[in-house]
Amino acid sequence: MLSMVNFILHTWFFSGVSFAFYFILHTCLYAEHKMNIVECRDVKKVYHQGHLAVTALDGITLAIEQGGFVALAGPSGSGKTTLLNIIGGLDRADEGSVTLDGNALGEMSEAMLAELRLRKVGFVFQSFNLIPVLSAVENVEFGMLLQGVPAAERRQRAWAMLDDVGLAGLYHRRPSELSGGQQQRVAVARAIVSDPAIVLADEPTANLDSATGKGLLELMLRMNETKKATFIFSTHDKMVMDFARRLVMLRDGKVVEDTRK
Amino acid sequence: MILQMGWRNIWRNKRRTAVILVAVIIGVWAMIFMGALMRGIADQMVKNSIATLTGHIQLQDAAFRNDPVIEHFLKAPDKLAPVLGRLPADARWTQRIRVNAVAANARHSDGVVLAGIDPGREAKISFIGDAVYQGRYLGEDDLNGIIVGRALLEKFETRLGHKLVLMSQGADGEIASRAFRIVGVFRAELQSTEKQFVFVTLPAAQQMLKTGDEVSEIAILLGNYRDAAAVANSIRAGITDQTVTVYTWQQLLPLVSSIMKMYDGFILVWFIVVFIAMGFGLVNTILMAVFERVREFGLLRSLGMKPRLVVAEVLAESFFLLAIGTLVGNLLGLASVWLLSGSGIDLSAFAQGMEFAGMSRIIIPVVYVRDVVSADLTVFLLGLLISLYPAVKAARFTPVEAMAHT
Repeated sequence: MLSMVNFILHTWFFSGVSFAFYFILHTCLYAEHKMNIVECRDVKKVYHQGHLAVTALDGITLAIEQGGFVALAGPSGSGKTTLLNIIGGLDRADEGSVTLDGNALGEMSEAMLAELRLRKVGFVFQSFNLIPVLSAVENVEFGMLLQGVPAAERRQRAWAMLDDVGLAGLYHRRPSELSGGQQQRVAVARAIVSDPAIVLADEPTANLDSATGKGLLELMLRMNETKKATFIFSTHDKMVMDFARRLVMLRDGKVVEDTRK
Repeated sequence: MILQMGWRNIWRNKRRTAVILVAVIIGVWAMIFMGALMRGIADQMVKNSIATLTGHIQLQDAAFRNDPVIEHFLKAPDKLAPVLGRLPADARWTQRIRVNAVAANARHSDGVVLAGIDPGREAKISFIGDAVYQGRYLGEDDLNGIIVGRALLEKFETRLGHKLVLMSQGADGEIASRAFRIVGVFRAELQSTEKQFVFVTLPAAQQMLKTGDEVSEIAILLGNYRDAAAVANSIRAGITDQTVTVYTWQQLLPLVSSIMKMYDGFILVWFIVVFIAMGFGLVNTILMAVFERVREFGLLRSLGMKPRLVVAEVLAESFFLLAIGTLVGNLLGLASVWLLSGSGIDLSAFAQGMEFAGMSRIIIPVVYVRDVVSADLTVFLLGLLISLYPAVKAARFTPVEAMAHT
């Protein structure tokens, strides 16, 4: 039944009907069935560097429940960033399937993936997180601008969000005028302000000192609890692993351990 | 916010922005200023040609243009008076005789054009009215006075008060000659004009050539040269005499008309050449700006910004560079033209070479609105068009590749 609905919706999507309507209807139809926000089945990804083939993901099967606070951990080259990119629709799997909030990412065009990222995913990167020419409040507003939220509403929501992450009074500072921790807080505010289905954070504490990193994690945990947003981190930071309620260890592109706390 | 980002991005590297702005400003300035100089040269050529006994419209015998001999003079010019009476209020007209003749004195002889003029009317139509700088202008009843050009005076090694003998074919087919006394010397824009024309009164020329009241042409000067075709048509409609033909200045001066069209081509080529030089700089600058910000474009794409909005953002940067450059370039170009509008550029040192091309010694730049608009549109629209290349490049970065870029 669901695959029939999915087929009809995709046909509608490709016929040029508004992305927004598509996602709203899609979300409503899948609401009852939605237990897992992310489902990966036998995901494989191979990068080619000249004649050399590097296997980044080697048959990952993983389900992440809605509202989770999950860390993907492992050494460098274990495939955690690749997995995060594929879950976020930034990259595609070579084999296997990935669904995000009921959307089969492998069947979506680049434009559909861009729309999905805009409406369903919030990103927090390790560095180069903010748009340097925009102020803190404008950075937070940016996603809402792309979504077509009216100017007054998005300004109000952005201010409230910055207040929420502890940056009241720093609305008009450019990224270069903020500390690393403050920049990451702005990034969290931007990621969460549109109420996304999932927030993906790629080594968010890597460039921060431990006190600032801890503060950021506490903030994200609070957002996870208050906003009910799902957080997935890629990390090799012990502190992030301690904060996570579920720890998925990767090695050589495979899940070697999956621990729930 | 896209415009805001574009505006702020161009000021991230102020030195680079300043360099490309200077390039655009110089380009636009060069387009406007050089275009105005070319228009000034062409305009001056037209004005000189019209002032040199051409006028905007001429009435001649139908055969005179192909065979300008005394037999093809206008037979009864007085019959044209009603038509001339219906000319626009700001139009002026005169009748004159113009024939080839030989001028001679004791030492020299040379071919000239004998112009028999109505001194009062002619002064309001052609250059001779205010060209006499030595002696005096011709009086209405002056039957013996002659005005010659400065160059002819020097060539003939003569001076004011001396005699000059003119010879030409009379209406009876015989050689007609008459001695005149030099009463005035004129100077003209072109030295060739000073050597070519000698002026006597119309009655004196008619007496010498025994033409009665016949004239070779009636010349009309209008308030606005653009009205020439319309006024010529209305004159044609009012003339019943089939032997009279009406010409506009474009028909009388086909070479000048062609040169005017040629200048249109020159200006277009000039615009394109300047734009190509400027366009490479612009594309290079935008490309540099794009490749410096690969990770940033990756971030924008990651956040869900669609490729067309990335294109719009890069084009916004180009838009601001072009807008500022065009605005300042326009102001500088128009200011340069304004500064030279009084005195012009004196090229007397190259007078002979310039005369060969029919140009004046002093060039006063003239701004045509259509040239300014063409220059601005060329820079603006083509500038945006070529900026599409770096913009599309920026839009094609995939988020993962761009974010991995170092």
